[in-house]
Amino acid sequence: MSILVDRRTRVLVQGITGAAGSFHARQMLAYGTRVVAGVTPGRGGGHFEDEVPLFDTVGEAVRKTGATASAIFVPPAGAADAILEAAEAGIELVVAITEGIPILDMVRVRRALESRPGVRLIGPNCPGVITPGQCKIGIMPGHIHQPGRVGVVSRSGTLTYEAVKQLTDLSLGQSTAVGIGGDPVHGTDFIDVLRLFERDPGTDAVILIGEIGGSEEERAAAFVRDHMKKPVVGFIAGRTAPPGKRMGHAGAVISGGSGTAGAKIEALREAGIAVVEGPHLLGQAMRDLLARRPKAASAARRGRGGAKGSARRGGTARPAKPAKRPGRGRR
Amino acid sequence: MKIHEYQAKEILRRHGVAVPRGVVATTPEEAEAAARHLSGPCVVKAQIHAGGRGKGGGVKLAKSPEEARALAQAMLGMRLKTPQTGPDGQLVRKVYVEEGCRIARELYLGLTLDREVGRLALMASSEGGVDIEEVAARRPEKILREWIDPLLALAGFQARRVGFGLGLSGEAVSAFVRFAGGVYEACLATDASLVEVNPLVVTSEGVLLALDAKMNFDDNALFRHKDVAALRDPEEEDPKEAQAREHDLSYIALKGDIGCMVNGAGLAMATMDVIQLSGGQPANFLDVGGGADEKKVTAAFKILLADPEVKAVLVNIFGGIMKCDVIANGIVAAARQVELRIPLVVRLEGTNVELGKRILSESGLRITSADDLGDAARKAVAAVRGTP
Repeated sequence: MSILVDRRTRVLVQGITGAAGSFHARQMLAYGTRVVAGVTPGRGGGHFEDEVPLFDTVGEAVRKTGATASAIFVPPAGAADAILEAAEAGIELVVAITEGIPILDMVRVRRALESRPGVRLIGPNCPGVITPGQCKIGIMPGHIHQPGRVGVVSRSGTLTYEAVKQLTDLSLGQSTAVGIGGDPVHGTDFIDVLRLFERDPGTDAVILIGEIGGSEEERAAAFVRDHMKKPVVGFIAGRTAPPGKRMGHAGAVISGGSGTAGAKIEALREAGIAVVEGPHLLGQAMRDLLARRPKAASAARRGRGGAKGSARRGGTARPAKPAKRPGRGRR
Repeated sequence: MKIHEYQAKEILRRHGVAVPRGVVATTPEEAEAAARHLSGPCVVKAQIHAGGRGKGGGVKLAKSPEEARALAQAMLGMRLKTPQTGPDGQLVRKVYVEEGCRIARELYLGLTLDREVGRLALMASSEGGVDIEEVAARRPEKILREWIDPLLALAGFQARRVGFGLGLSGEAVSAFVRFAGGVYEACLATDASLVEVNPLVVTSEGVLLALDAKMNFDDNALFRHKDVAALRDPEEEDPKEAQAREHDLSYIALKGDIGCMVNGAGLAMATMDVIQLSGGQPANFLDVGGGADEKKVTAAFKILLADPEVKAVLVNIFGGIMKCDVIANGIVAAARQVELRIPLVVRLEGTNVELGKRILSESGLRITSADDLGDAARKAVAAVRGTP
């Protein structure tokens, strides 16, 4: 099991003939994603790589191919319009990869999507969503992933890859990895994804990677505290970022004393999340946590609430020390 | 992107917001002529991209054109220090000479994104003329807010509600509704990320005027506002940050001695964090973006090495779809081109990582390979301390 995407997901790529769109559409096809259509206005009737039919409009592509998800690689000036076109055409999952969409465009998009509860937007400015071995929608390197039972959700692309690679190296793998994007106005948030992971019988535990700016991590922490039984390992980037400076991502800025890493880390810890000091420690912390909570993990696997007691929740406050046994005869 | 006060006022004026008459001047003579043209007492205001100018002596009243000239003489060329400029201050190259007015009340009006709601929020306070963040911390109930539905724009009743909330009455409420409407229109028309009028004054004649104005813009939207983009003042920006932007790099100078080059903003921040955790200090934030090719890496090295404080460089690249051998070749070529003389610690991850490491070690350059971010940070810290 997984969340958001799986091997049945029928993917359409908007902006498939552009430089980024064509490169990543090929990568998605190579990964085994069912890319069923491409949309570039004016290129309808042709084919991409001799196999994917091209359409002028998303509406036509959906009618003719039954696409259920869309990956958006349209350049910033037209990206908001592309999201709205996908939503109007009945696409359920819109994954906006495009970086650099004007903020006021996203304000209008978000408002428009309020009247379309059946449409889920991921991003923009995100690496996308992947369910290893089944479906990759986005720009993440497929080969570092491995099917597994840990969910990953992050605001940052390369930090997602860091976590994923470590989980793969430790043979834990991932159920689904979701990049929600670094822009201040975006679609799906941490809580949406955490809720899905909590319900997913294929996910035992979650890695949450946040960064400075806004208060989404704080709200996610409250959700974990009140509504999650599965263990969560967290990391917040930007402890050393100076206030008032935008750190790359449009969303990563400490303003007016709010959005600091310190406040977020504290909120996460208070919610029982095992917060690590650096992204290189995420995989190890998850392994230790799962090793210490075999019952909770297996209960989660059976889809039952195993870790109801607050006592057990308290036990997640810190990652356990690696189980170092002075093994006999090791020398 | 930031602009000067006089430029923000010009934009606001075009959208129907009442602002005092004023003239920008770059010499004392121009300032005197401006004061004569405006007639009556006027205010001479230093134009720099930082707030708190009054506290630093950058806003002064002139009772005559001769006094305006003398004040401009003193301000032009000075390094104005305010709570927002940092210890070195900022060089004053222009002054704005503005007609004076008799102030009855000082209010605050701001318009910016509320990211939690995903909408623009109009903020107003009867405590104008002071740092609004102080008001927010001290007396949060003194800040009125209205969230604006982008499909409906700022509604009349919302603006009226704020106007009455500020204690205005009669004609002043209607004037406030027009004022706030103009601010909203100006914001929309230019993709501003912040419009701030502080203070918004009510004169003793009952007129509403934007006495000070600040506008910041969404960099992502500048492509559709060539006129706004043309207002960029490179003199006001950190030269290295401006140079980085030209190469599509995201760079921010910090105080430490370990230069960082990373792909991805989140990983770049995390790299800074782990350096500090290991006992070192990062010299900068630098995100080379997805395509870390030789050209970009070279440009990034040049920017990093222009900082005399940098004693070692840490490169942290998660290859992703790019192959590590390609990145390693880029790093080696760039290091040769810039004749790198300080220790370089490189952590690569991704496809062909072994090949990448071999390219680095066989390059003959002083490159230390690291396995993960923790290892890289420790090695970089050891390098600046001169310990192996």
